[in-house]
Amino acid sequence: MKDRETVTFRVQRYEPGRDAKPVWADFPVAVQAGMTVLDGLLQIRQQLDATLAWRFSCRMGLCGSCGMMINGKPGLACNTQVHDVARKTLRLAPLANFPVVRDLVADLRTMFAAHAELKPFLVRDDKAGIEPGAAEFLQSPEELLKFLQFSYCIKCGACMAACPTMALGAGFLGPMPLTAAHRYNADSRDQGFALRKPALAGPRGAHHCHYAGECTRVCPKGVDPARAVQLARRDLLLDLLRLKRRRPAPAPVAEPPAGEHKAPIEAPPFTARAD
Amino acid sequence: MESIPSPPNRLGLLGWLGGGRRGIEAYVFLCQRVSGVVLLLYLSIHVFLTGARLFGPEAWDRLCKMTHLFGYHYFEYLVFAAFAFHAFNGIRLVIIEFGFGLGRPERPVYPYRGSTHKQRPLMIAMMVLTAVLIAAGGFELVRFPH
Ligand code: SF4
Ligand code: FES
Repeated sequence: MKDRETVTFRVQRYEPGRDAKPVWADFPVAVQAGMTVLDGLLQIRQQLDATLAWRFSCRMGLCGSCGMMINGKPGLACNTQVHDVARKTLRLAPLANFPVVRDLVADLRTMFAAHAELKPFLVRDDKAGIEPGAAEFLQSPEELLKFLQFSYCIKCGACMAACPTMALGAGFLGPMPLTAAHRYNADSRDQGFALRKPALAGPRGAHHCHYAGECTRVCPKGVDPARAVQLARRDLLLDLLRLKRRRPAPAPVAEPPAGEHKAPIEAPPFTARAD
Repeated sequence: MESIPSPPNRLGLLGWLGGGRRGIEAYVFLCQRVSGVVLLLYLSIHVFLTGARLFGPEAWDRLCKMTHLFGYHYFEYLVFAAFAFHAFNGIRLVIIEFGFGLGRPERPVYPYRGSTHKQRPLMIAMMVLTAVLIAAGGFELVRFPH
């Protein structure tokens, strides 16, 4: 293989107010082995066009900012190597099924509003578990495994762009928010199932999934949203049949010794920017 | 939520074909939808045709003869194939959509093998049953040509 090869980055560009519809722009990028799509975009911005817009932050598959359509498949620009997906031409577009802010920047607010609707936080009757520094709870490795996989989600939105149900309309909360709901429902410290149930079982909820498996296929973190959604459905079925056992709240196992007890910090109220 | 000016960006029906670039489950999902629509269409044709009995045995016989002219039985065989697929795949979906056959949640270790891999033996079994039923139907069609 040559040291450097030129790959054409065909990027979807759109500027609100200026463009009536998106246009494609070609940028020749000198690619070497190991270079990521994000590296290529940075090269374009440094050497060819400083106005190209996209989102990124961590550069290591952790922040979830750089989700985009890479050759028609949703993925992270920072953990996709150019040579794994293209030799000559690479097509980049904003994540599908979301409005476009500009160029490769998708507006993910609908996803975060759905996320907020499903109360993605620990809910407890006694409030002990949600006051920071107030108590610790014992959790067995088995209990941890029930939700650990789903807690790896970085909210990149790739699953939402791959989902065929989302492709048809806004009548579905989507794989990411539903996975987040199940992540908390499956947590032994949580008692919030009843609170999440209306949205989870509602007309935009888990029953709208048809198990095409595309979300699981594209998830860059191995979260397996398709599994989470089906497990959420099982919970709903057991609840309907009145077979779902209400979990007793685990008691705190390690209260801070007297004198060291920190005053609980006032947690900021959970707000989604669904303005 | 204040909406922003945006070009249309939903994939629509194209998303059924290639949102995540087609895993086998996505193809099966597509076939499930198409076979469902075929069955629904057939139901309306079937109700219309059998309704001819209301007008006496002659009307019914005449319609039957007419359908033979158009190779209706071959069309019915395709409907039967759609039914076999829809039924067996439907059983798989019922099992899966209630959270069975997917494996337990696990620590994600690259390369990831998710629930879609875990349920694949079930899917293959159902597709084999579908193929057997379709083949048996085809055998009948050949053995007893109309
Ligand atoms: S489930 Fe996976 S694909 Fe979906 S938002 Fe989370 S990390 Fe991204
Ligand atoms: S830049 Fe953070 S995930 Fe890609």
